[in-house]
Amino acid sequence: MSDHSATQSHGLVHRDDEGSKLGMWLFIFTEILLFGALFIVYSVYRFKNQDAFHAAALNLDTVIGTVNTVILIVSSATIAMSISALQQKNKKLAITLMVITLVLAFSFLVNKYFEWGAKFHHGLYPGAEHLMSLGHGQNQFFFLYFFMTGLHAFHVIVGMGFIIFVMRQVMRDELTYNNYTRLENAGLYWHLVDLIWIYLFPLFYLIH
Amino acid sequence: MSHDTHEEVHITPYSTYIIILALLLVLTAITVGVTVIHLGTFSVAVALFVATIKGTLVLLYFMHLKFDNKLFLGLVAIVFAVYTAVIAITFIDYLSR
Amino acid sequence: MSETVLKAGSAEPQYQPSYLEMETKHKGILSWILATDHKRIAQLYFFSMMTMFLIGALIGVLIRIELMAPGRTIMDAQTYNGFFTLHGIIMIFMFVIPGLPAVFGNFVMPIMIGAKDVAFPRVNLLSWYLYVIGGIIVLTSQFVGSGPPDGGWTFYAPYSVKSAANIGMAAMGAFFLGFSSILTGLNFLVTIHRMRAPGMSWDRIPLFVWSLYATGWIQILATPVIGITLVLIVFERVFQLGFFDPAFGGDPILYQHLFWIYSHPAVYVMILPAMGAISEIIPTFAQRTIFGYKAIVASSLLIAFVGYFVWGHHMYTSGMSDTAKWVFSFITFLVAIPSAIKVFNWVATLYKGSINIQPPLLYAVAFMFTFMIGGFTGLIIGAVAQDIHLHDTTFIVGHFHYIVFGGTGFAFFGALHYWYPKMYGRMYNIKLANIAWGLFFFGFNVLYFPMFVAGYMGMPRRYFDYLPEFYIPNLISTMGSWFLYAGIILMIYNLVKSRKTGAIAPANPWHGVTLEWSIQSPPTYENFDEIPVVKDGPYKFK
Repeated sequence: MSDHSATQSHGLVHRDDEGSKLGMWLFIFTEILLFGALFIVYSVYRFKNQDAFHAAALNLDTVIGTVNTVILIVSSATIAMSISALQQKNKKLAITLMVITLVLAFSFLVNKYFEWGAKFHHGLYPGAEHLMSLGHGQNQFFFLYFFMTGLHAFHVIVGMGFIIFVMRQVMRDELTYNNYTRLENAGLYWHLVDLIWIYLFPLFYLIH
Repeated sequence: MSHDTHEEVHITPYSTYIIILALLLVLTAITVGVTVIHLGTFSVAVALFVATIKGTLVLLYFMHLKFDNKLFLGLVAIVFAVYTAVIAITFIDYLSR
Repeated sequence: MSETVLKAGSAEPQYQPSYLEMETKHKGILSWILATDHKRIAQLYFFSMMTMFLIGALIGVLIRIELMAPGRTIMDAQTYNGFFTLHGIIMIFMFVIPGLPAVFGNFVMPIMIGAKDVAFPRVNLLSWYLYVIGGIIVLTSQFVGSGPPDGGWTFYAPYSVKSAANIGMAAMGAFFLGFSSILTGLNFLVTIHRMRAPGMSWDRIPLFVWSLYATGWIQILATPVIGITLVLIVFERVFQLGFFDPAFGGDPILYQHLFWIYSHPAVYVMILPAMGAISEIIPTFAQRTIFGYKAIVASSLLIAFVGYFVWGHHMYTSGMSDTAKWVFSFITFLVAIPSAIKVFNWVATLYKGSINIQPPLLYAVAFMFTFMIGGFTGLIIGAVAQDIHLHDTTFIVGHFHYIVFGGTGFAFFGALHYWYPKMYGRMYNIKLANIAWGLFFFGFNVLYFPMFVAGYMGMPRRYFDYLPEFYIPNLISTMGSWFLYAGIILMIYNLVKSRKTGAIAPANPWHGVTLEWSIQSPPTYENFDEIPVVKDGPYKFK
């Protein structure tokens, strides 16, 4: 055995698409449980402070929430379609769809920025006197609102990075019609971001 | 190593994604619409029910669980079952305090 | 199985450069800290972990010296608080949780299933880096900020969000350690699913690998819960949020729920791979097929599954509802069943076997003894009524040391003596190893058994001082710790010395039949010249 060739090869000799997809799914499971713990916190505090949660939710803008929901759902569809495009050797369309996904993701963050900005403007942020005067229940609602949507926004940013990373590889033909698992994995991650929002949206914006 | 990488590749047609996207948008409209009507305590249940339908669509079609190796579908089901059980057991405490 | 494999190699095995001496892209230390080879990463873990273990054990001895007599002995109360916290964080997060999977799982698991490496070698290296970063953060938290973290490894709110000590940093360190654990679990699960040699069907996987499989699931499903909970604690400290602080309407009991949703399953992360290692050692030294292979596999999966739902038994006295208490108590008793199945199977394997008493077997037998004491005392405190009396006494301390040290610790060192010849190609001094084991086992029991007595008499745990009536058990305990430490030092001396001067070990010194014994010691970089074809289940002795 020549030692030099050995260092390069082993473990990477053959490509295991199913294996890397399984790895991605397992990672998604840990993400689900990560948010899952926060959903437990949310449900316990909502259970204990039902009226306060209703009152606090009135401060959230349902319109922005709905717009962001639509944005994420559409972006989820576009990234899914880009996989089909790449599989059909339509590299150009695949990249276009990824760019659309990124633009949508970015506009989601822009909306989030203005939404958070408005909350700060109204004194609805942790530590603000106005929020403190509203009582424990509303406090908890806003702590959770900021923490959970903030963590979600962080995942949006990570997901965008992942998509940019694979997009570059598609451009350089490192990912092609018969080697697209990494794009699939980026897609899976992006759908996870969507999936979490599907629950965050009604739980924060639609309590009336 | 199981060498089944060369199984038949499934390409989801764009039309499937468009249909699912339309369904998801309709369901979003429904949840938002329902909040206008006051269903009282049922509103949480309705919201979660619709969200779960949406989530299932995303998992099955966007995330390809319907077409992929059934192992993934099974694992996802187990993970959600375990998580639901954890919530249920936590609430045994809070509901009986 | 073994014959088929030996055929694949050459009849006259020619020694090839092993993973220890191979040439790589990088030279010197870089060839280690940038290694992606599973065996080298196992060594990285092994050395960092033993360092942490020795620090943790030394702190343990200092704690025991402090408790040797009532009142101040060698340190003040705040130092004592910092010490028992650091002892807990180091031992739990940096030794027993990663212990067997990261060291022996990394080293032998791919070989046992006939693979050349794990599924994601670079992620594997990343896990080690996360481990090191987490470790460094925890250790740094001792020296910077406003004093060493206190309040115990559990970070219980609201104390942890109010204490002036440097708890946030320690919690961040634990977060990184958790991330490391998740990635190891993920890597192993994919490896076991995807990289088994031809013919290595699910019913032919060695039991250690099965135990790592069950463990992997707990690691990926439970660890994120504590990860995010610790982040909540950090945010609560930094940004004045009030998730768990009652002053903001927070619920401290919810913190305990979230903490134990991870930390109880974490106990099974500690003990399952230990049981797996014991299931490897016992058939080899009895030269007999394992009794009830399928029952042991099923019990591993059952322990992992049921173990997920028993977290509340840590909280009987915290203010949970009575209904929740009996539900948790009931499920807790259920976990005892699969655990007992394993012990019966090990004993049945030894029965009528050709027993060869060697250090690994001694450790395995010690494991069974201490694990059973730990298990039975676990049943005592699993019952709500008794736990009300025993909660937060040294009885609990005795119980969990019998499980995590008497269980996982003995299994770790048993596994070390078992696979040592494979890892380094050298044999240690058997006689010295036996003496070290004797000191270790004797010291262990002298150290921890009196805790049951003192706890039953009512001595609270974690207290700096105690009433004179607890003097005798504490004195005995402290003396036991000296024997224990002497045993550990002797063991390490033996292993370190033999690394260079021990007799050259044959490929299969113990006449084991799992795949790792079919290749040379120490293994080559690629493990196998040719991927073996497995034709039969494990543990077929002639």
